[in-house]
Amino acid sequence: MSAQPRSSDQRAPESPAEAVDTDRSSPAQAEREPRRAAQPRGLFDPSILVPALGEAFKKLDPRVQARNPVMFVVLVGTVVTLAEAVARPSAFSWSVTVFLFLTVVFANFAEAMAEGRGKAQAATLRRMRTTTEARRLREGEEERVAATELSRGDLVVCEPGDLIPSDGEVVEGVASVDESAITGESAPVIREAGGDRSAVTGGTKVLSDRIVVRISAEPGQTFMDRMISLVEGASRQKTPNEVALTILLSALTLVFLPVVVVLEPFAHYARGSVPIVSLVALLVALIPTTIGALLSAIGIAGMDRLVQRNVLAMSGRAVEAAGDVSTLLLDKTGTITLGNRMASAFLPVGGHQEAELADAAQLASLADETPEGRSIVVLAKQRFDLRGREMAAGYSFVPFSAQTRMSGLDVAGRHIRKGAAEAVRHWVVEQGGQVPDELDSIVTRTAKAGSTPLVVADGGEVLGVVELKDVVKTGIQERFDQLRAMGIRTVMITGDNPLTAAAIASEAGVDDYLAEATPEAKMDLIRSEQEGGRLVAMTGDGTNDAPALAQADVGVAMNTGTMAAKEAGNMVDLDSNPTKLIDIVEIGKQLLITRGALTTFSIANDVAKYFAIIPALFTTTYPQLQALNVMRLHSPHSAILSAVIFNALVIVALIPLALRGVRYRPAGAAALLRRNLLIYGVGGLIAPFAGIKIIDLIITLAGFH
Amino acid sequence: MGYFLTLVVMVAVLAVVWRLLGAYMVAVYDGRTRWLAFVERPLYRLLGTDPKVEQTWRRYAVSLIAFSLVSALLTYAILRLQGHLPLNPDHLHGVPPALSFNTAVSFLTNTNWQNYPGETTMSYLSQMTALAVQNFVSASVGMAVAVALIRGLSRKGSSTIGNFWVDLTRGVLYILLPISFLMAIVFVSQGAVQTLAGPAHIHDALNGVSQTIPRGPVASQEVIKQLGTNGGGFFNANAAHPFENPDGLTNLLEILLILSIPVALTYTFGRMVGSVRQGVAVLAAMTLLFGVWLGSTSVAEHAPNPAVAAAGLAHQPGGNMVGKEARFGDTSSALFNVVSTQTSTGSVDSSMDSYNPLGGMGTMTGMMLGEVSPGGVGSGLYTMLCFALLAVFIGGLMVGRTPEYLGKKIQAREVKLAAIAILVMPVTVLVLAGLASVLPAGTSPTLNAGPHGFSEILYAFTSQANNNGSAFAGLSSNTVFYNVLGGLAMLVGRFVIIIPVLALAGALAAKEMVPAGAGTFRTDTALFAGLLVAVVLIVGGLTFFPAVSLGPVVEALSHGRFFG
Repeated sequence: MSAQPRSSDQRAPESPAEAVDTDRSSPAQAEREPRRAAQPRGLFDPSILVPALGEAFKKLDPRVQARNPVMFVVLVGTVVTLAEAVARPSAFSWSVTVFLFLTVVFANFAEAMAEGRGKAQAATLRRMRTTTEARRLREGEEERVAATELSRGDLVVCEPGDLIPSDGEVVEGVASVDESAITGESAPVIREAGGDRSAVTGGTKVLSDRIVVRISAEPGQTFMDRMISLVEGASRQKTPNEVALTILLSALTLVFLPVVVVLEPFAHYARGSVPIVSLVALLVALIPTTIGALLSAIGIAGMDRLVQRNVLAMSGRAVEAAGDVSTLLLDKTGTITLGNRMASAFLPVGGHQEAELADAAQLASLADETPEGRSIVVLAKQRFDLRGREMAAGYSFVPFSAQTRMSGLDVAGRHIRKGAAEAVRHWVVEQGGQVPDELDSIVTRTAKAGSTPLVVADGGEVLGVVELKDVVKTGIQERFDQLRAMGIRTVMITGDNPLTAAAIASEAGVDDYLAEATPEAKMDLIRSEQEGGRLVAMTGDGTNDAPALAQADVGVAMNTGTMAAKEAGNMVDLDSNPTKLIDIVEIGKQLLITRGALTTFSIANDVAKYFAIIPALFTTTYPQLQALNVMRLHSPHSAILSAVIFNALVIVALIPLALRGVRYRPAGAAALLRRNLLIYGVGGLIAPFAGIKIIDLIITLAGFH
Repeated sequence: MGYFLTLVVMVAVLAVVWRLLGAYMVAVYDGRTRWLAFVERPLYRLLGTDPKVEQTWRRYAVSLIAFSLVSALLTYAILRLQGHLPLNPDHLHGVPPALSFNTAVSFLTNTNWQNYPGETTMSYLSQMTALAVQNFVSASVGMAVAVALIRGLSRKGSSTIGNFWVDLTRGVLYILLPISFLMAIVFVSQGAVQTLAGPAHIHDALNGVSQTIPRGPVASQEVIKQLGTNGGGFFNANAAHPFENPDGLTNLLEILLILSIPVALTYTFGRMVGSVRQGVAVLAAMTLLFGVWLGSTSVAEHAPNPAVAAAGLAHQPGGNMVGKEARFGDTSSALFNVVSTQTSTGSVDSSMDSYNPLGGMGTMTGMMLGEVSPGGVGSGLYTMLCFALLAVFIGGLMVGRTPEYLGKKIQAREVKLAAIAILVMPVTVLVLAGLASVLPAGTSPTLNAGPHGFSEILYAFTSQANNNGSAFAGLSSNTVFYNVLGGLAMLVGRFVIIIPVLALAGALAAKEMVPAGAGTFRTDTALFAGLLVAVVLIVGGLTFFPAVSLGPVVEALSHGRFFG
């Protein structure tokens, strides 16, 4: 990353007026909390809760249960105790049967709750996807067809008030489009033929002008369709880590089977016997039902948390990878800096006063509506208390043009211009003026400091330089410090020259930077990071970002970006806010931590259950074992039943945790592990002792013996 | 006092052994030590193997199985035919088929469970060519598997994990043989017997009795029996016999020999994966478990024997001395037996059947943890590394990353293989003990009824499935039922763990390495060692809690007090 520093003159195209290109990364949009497509919902919103209760029973279908080996064993156990309860009815066997059944229902309920939140969002989206009529162009003739009949390559016409019938590219015209159906952002965006802003999405509305769109999606495969199926969880597959965890849970379940079954022969040796209901109760208490019941809910809820932040993950795998990311590639503009340069100093030359320069610069900027122009006015006011003046009739503005690369003002014989150094230099010479020697050194120095020099001249007289600084977002440095503590390296990507890049990189506190970044350089950087075994996350929006987005482990495409970018990435950010990459990583980590914490909790619970059930199983054979009844549970039956009830209720108690995720604070691995081991490991060891004892007291009071 | 001095000396010597032998083993398995090349090269020519060509895990496993099969058949044949073979001064007959099967499997699997008294069953030829040879090679096989797993962890993107024939040869030639040779001389100097002259006939004129005292090539077998954590005694009394273990010095040396390789392998592991600290963390977890078991067993044995106390027979100032050698005392005997059962040795210097309930429980539960503290030669390390993978899998998630160990991602395949390797032992023990508790063939050979009888059955299968070989006694297990079921337990407990471990080595070797960062779950810290201990205890506890409750726990509770 050590290319020759470009002279400041070559930076001329980055003149103030040209920086209007802030459609997608204006600070206003990045900072504003956008209205969400996904309305935040309470954890136990009745509109989700009620259908989830029904779903919980529908999911009792053994074919559904077979996908979850742990809960399938519970279901089979329930059938066994039910048969026993019917054959030899007793309060004990019926109670155990009911609570085993409830264990399965609670697990289903947890999953249904998680899915319900997605379904509710999908329903909202579906309402917006009304059956649209399309105006298809056939050999120049317009014909009206249903949107569902459109296929890839068709051309359609859209005019103000029309809903765009399907995804496509604008091939003709420019229009403002209301995309709030997808992004929740009400401000219209410009869509035009050619370039990076040609993609339109089905279901969005044209507000002005006429465009012709070439359809790029087959019916049922549009972005909206995919979005609905994603939030619904219809295309959900188990992620690699989920598969590995399921294997571990199945192995534990499989092992507890002989552990419990051989108790009967062991009891037989001691001339005793163990009732089958108690054995099933022990088995269910031991197998990791807590995590088994909540595992899929945790995964769905993780995706849902992304949707809540207006990010759509194309697969759970991507969310999981986000937790593993060790390198973040962040675009400078919009992510690290506010996206536009702000005037920060007036540097006079040739013996002119600073106030003189400020006055001229302010005059030249009065009509300049760009953020840079305004910032000059603001700085002039701050430094020299120069107020905005009345616009007199004699004022004539010279707007920015790509040819002149300058803007300014002609008034009362004065010709004030501001612009890129090279352009202004030419102009001054044309006016017959002299360029002072010191100008070059100031311009170079300013550029080296990471700022943009804007030269101001009055006729043939060069007054000085306005330093436009790239403003680093407040608080971003702390974010990077947190990321570093989490073990994540940040790399700033910028088109700036290496000097400018280095200055901003050190101010923002990123670990590394890639200057004069081309798509190829970006791609090489990703590859070299991945070769070292690191997982890379990045954001992108342009078509030329697409290969890098596809190569990155987590590629977040901005919704304002091209279709190609959205196809290549594995997430889409509907708010098009690149800073969100950091949130995405945190959500990924939170998902994994929740899984680990509940697994630990589930396994740690078993200790207390042993102390409850083992003495109870062998009361008559070995009364001595009552010494292990450390909880002093009332009777063998109440002990076993209490353990089973606890086992069922703990699932319900942990649903909020599974849906919300365990609290995550950015910290190093050791601190996280210590904290979570303490809460979920040690806590999981102790909690059931208290829980089972309390349940035992309650059911004993209720008259159960 | 002597007990604590013993412990201090033991720790000091082991610290030196850990560093020196550990580093030497790295050189041996890396192929840098070549001082016996003149023996090594012809051996490879004989085996038809090119030492430079490495094997995939499948080839490695196939070679290992083929070698084991040949070993088993050879041992079986020698035992059956010993009556017709030379070096049989006691004119012993061939060993019966079921016992031959059990014994061949037992020595093949590094178990050395002995359903026979050595001095009245095995000829010198059987002892020397069938059993002692297996003592060497079975130990070397265990070490080879451990080294293969270490290579899997330390390599990246590799399709091979080493060459089985080379690892096997080098383990025997450079590590086991030289140490055994030197130490056997020390043992002989202390009074261990080493002769081919047959039994001694003594006529005690004073008392008018004649005695036949069995002898044999004992010292040479004694050392490898301990060094290779085999444990099969020349005599029935094993290390309690003065010809095997003459005095306090040899008793301490035996303890050191048992622990040397399993302990030193943690250094080898650390060095080969590029961070000695990783090895220290594993060793710390092993040591913690070992310390807890040693402490509780020693305390339990230092208490008086409740049966003796109940009968009012004697004061017991020296703790429970029933079934112990006066030469060694209560706590040092406990030390020896804990060492023997926490490795996969199984050689004992006192009778476990007459241990106090909690003392007996200590030795039994030590094995139930999977023998990882520090475990058998090689097997202790590879089993512990499987536990480490599980610990990393659960703990790693809690730091918010998909888990990795030493830079290797732990995914579905690794979890599956590690889970099989860890869980096959408890399942085997429980199922076979369950069978034995209901079938008359299983229950009738128990000498005691009730919980003690159950403990005897449970102990027998725990010992065999863990390839330990120590016996609780009190179980007349030389029956077809126990010979066959026990043989099965030993085979499963050895090979159904080794094969997944080799597959694991292959899967890990093929993986790329993720560099460590601040967000990485560190596995070279005290916290990880603690987590590893917890996982070992939880897996062992959850699988064996009910069974142990019905045996030693009931016994202990029956006596009214937990200790004694």
